[in-house]
Amino acid sequence: MDVNQYLEIFLDETKEHLQNLNTQILELESDPEGEDTVNEIFRAAHSLKGMAGTMGYKRMQNLTHDMENVFSEVRNGNIKVQPKLIDVLFQCLDALEEYTDNIQNNADEGTNDNEALIRQLNDILNDNGSAAPEKAASSDAGASGEPVGGEKWKDIALDDSQISVIKEAQNQGKKVYGLNVVVQENCILKAARAFLVFKAVEEMAEIIISVPSAQDVEDEKFDRDFTLILLSDVEIEKIIQAAESVSEIEKATGAPVMLEENQSYKKAEEEAKAEAAEAEAAAPAETTASPAEVHEETAPEKAAPAKQEVKKNNTKPVVNRTVRVDIEKLDSLMNLVSELIIAKNSLVSVSSQEQTNTNTAFNEQIEYLEQVTTNLHESVMKVRMVPIESVVNKFPRMIRDLSKKLDKKLELYMSGEETELDRTVVDEIGDPLMHLLRNSADHGIESAEIRAQRGKPSVGSIFLDAYQDGNNVVIEVRDDGNGIDTEAVKEKAIERGSITPEQAANMTDKEIVNLLFLPSFSTAKKVTDVSGRGVGLDVVRSKIESLSGEVEVKTKLGEGSTWTIRLPLTLAIIQALMVVVGDEKYAISLGSIQTLEDIVPGDVKLVQNKEVIHLRGQVIPLIRLNEVLDIESKKTADENLIVVIVKKGDKMAGLVIDELIGQQEIVIKSLGKYIKQCKFISGATILGDGEIALILDANALI
Amino acid sequence: MELNKSTVQELLVEEGKAASETIQFIVIRLGEEQYGIDIRSIDNIVRMQSITRIPKMPAFLKGVINLRGEVIPVISMRLKMDLEDDVITKATRILVLKLEQEGNVGFLVDEVKEVVTLSVNEIEKITYNAQEEKSSLINAVGKHNGELISLFDLSAFSLEGN
Repeated sequence: MDVNQYLEIFLDETKEHLQNLNTQILELESDPEGEDTVNEIFRAAHSLKGMAGTMGYKRMQNLTHDMENVFSEVRNGNIKVQPKLIDVLFQCLDALEEYTDNIQNNADEGTNDNEALIRQLNDILNDNGSAAPEKAASSDAGASGEPVGGEKWKDIALDDSQISVIKEAQNQGKKVYGLNVVVQENCILKAARAFLVFKAVEEMAEIIISVPSAQDVEDEKFDRDFTLILLSDVEIEKIIQAAESVSEIEKATGAPVMLEENQSYKKAEEEAKAEAAEAEAAAPAETTASPAEVHEETAPEKAAPAKQEVKKNNTKPVVNRTVRVDIEKLDSLMNLVSELIIAKNSLVSVSSQEQTNTNTAFNEQIEYLEQVTTNLHESVMKVRMVPIESVVNKFPRMIRDLSKKLDKKLELYMSGEETELDRTVVDEIGDPLMHLLRNSADHGIESAEIRAQRGKPSVGSIFLDAYQDGNNVVIEVRDDGNGIDTEAVKEKAIERGSITPEQAANMTDKEIVNLLFLPSFSTAKKVTDVSGRGVGLDVVRSKIESLSGEVEVKTKLGEGSTWTIRLPLTLAIIQALMVVVGDEKYAISLGSIQTLEDIVPGDVKLVQNKEVIHLRGQVIPLIRLNEVLDIESKKTADENLIVVIVKKGDKMAGLVIDELIGQQEIVIKSLGKYIKQCKFISGATILGDGEIALILDANALI
Repeated sequence: MELNKSTVQELLVEEGKAASETIQFIVIRLGEEQYGIDIRSIDNIVRMQSITRIPKMPAFLKGVINLRGEVIPVISMRLKMDLEDDVITKATRILVLKLEQEGNVGFLVDEVKEVVTLSVNEIEKITYNAQEEKSSLINAVGKHNGELISLFDLSAFSLEGN
């Protein structure tokens, strides 16, 4: 069957399940008795298996199947959670991730059978010499749980023609089965799931009756279950298995249909409905054909209404209020908003040009429009925001692995996982963060002996904190380790020839620490496979700068270091200050501007042959933009200078401009591939009159 | 006013020539010479508009323009061919080409003259021997009404040609 259309759903969900498993297994490690955790793990593993099976990824299915067996035993209390088990499980997750990556890249799961892992899993199972787990589980559930769907096929009202079809089929030696399929309570795409079930079943059987009708099922006009009557040559178990292998299917129940048992067959049709309830109540007492794997039952499912008639009138409120949207659609929405803002800006500029006959009503409307477009922009921006959770969730697992590998006791404390960032930023931020964390674990945290000597707790702490700060999001990676040895950095830099000894003598600690961001700079005395290969911090910095962010480090030898990443909330639309240099217009992001100053030419001093100004106790170097940009300034030497003070980290600079235009919301446009990026131009924007102004990257100028 | 693809198409219909085994070229003028550009690679022809200069760029890269909300670079065809710098006149046009790698790129030309349809046997590939930059932009010559038209090799305009 053609499952390609579901590939994306499959990949999304698999990743979610894997992440969930990672988190839960970590939890299990710290609390081996947690019943909820085990249940959750079992559920996730089961869904994974079903999904992989439906999509035809056999290797993935096999591995998850064995994992599920182990979980099942754990749940039954036959296997105790041990560190060894956790290790194997994590390896399994890695293997599953590899399958998923392969599927994403080549639409194929690859050829790695992971036999070793499967053997390990089986060893764990056999060590405990337990009885076949599945049967135990299923009979448990079968005995205790009241079937939600039950043998509803017995209640289906059959008309004469249908009865005759069934009879004829039976005469031909075909078997008639009833099948009831229950969809999970929180399933979002019920119709799609049901469709998959139909597809799977149709491969083996002919569906003669469906309640609700196939059309209704397709339109999602059913509550949680649907009932089918099938004609088939194969065993009912196979059909049940096929139906259950569809993900988010809670369970399928099936058995051969005895016409004599059918209510409508026995009695008149109008009586049938009334009788249905009784039959339903009686159903649990009868022996049901227990499916091979019964999903465990949760409380609300048991409470599900028994009668179909009742259900129809009483559809449950929609649980999930979210919608999955293709990121491309959001991008195009964002582009449209950008266009709208440009159009609004041009209206504003037209209205300000025609000051002679100022129409107040017109101006009011323009202001209103301005308000609406700003709100619209904010809303669209918010839609694109996702919590950084999706990225940082994998870090506890990583630190755990590092802890084992480096033989150091490490603990990761995270806060602010719910902090939101633009989707494009979130996608990119994972690698730099991972790098900083590895760095902290490997270079930052000292070995146990040294920590003991220094009187620090034996477990090294690494903190990952995220929070919003105005128009920025700040992510901090902090550790209580060794800190950065500036002397060692200095020596290394001199040795590598990055700086001369004289320069080194004059450098502040801060400048020295910044040397770490030079390409291929590593102070690690020994190279491990965790870090220290010298590729890294420069990549971290360039990645973050490509996201218009910045990274800083504060450190104290012996006490630890803090890496601070500062990122803009959004990339597409910013508030900017429009300035004029010569006869050209430029935009400077408001985010980097500190103040605007009016400076008398006499206040400009020369230090080391460079122009500086003294401002509130600080010496700030001046950058004459007309010189940098090769433009003739329109100002004469004796006029006051207009200086825009910009800040990058702790560094400040004064940009000398000719004229101020004012603050404006601008849409950032790329200059395209043809223009090799000019260092201090970060993009272009279209002004109200249709002209283009370039955006100055103040960070690159400082 | 923009002379866009559909107008060009209309012109072609007027000419009434069947397109089998033929290629259509837009004929442009640079100084005294005429050049042809394959019509399939042309996105748009726009009148001269204000070009925003980009600092620290080679001279032939004139800057960027706003083409219906898209920022696209503009290149001086004259400077690219080692001719004198452009003199902007009423006839000056920006020819917007769709390049495979770089997307839309504008080229400044002195004049856009007409659309000609050349059959394949009217086009002669040239194997240039000179190392000159100028000749490497041309890869064929077409004959039209007794006149010769040099035909641009579009791949030469992409980034590698820079």
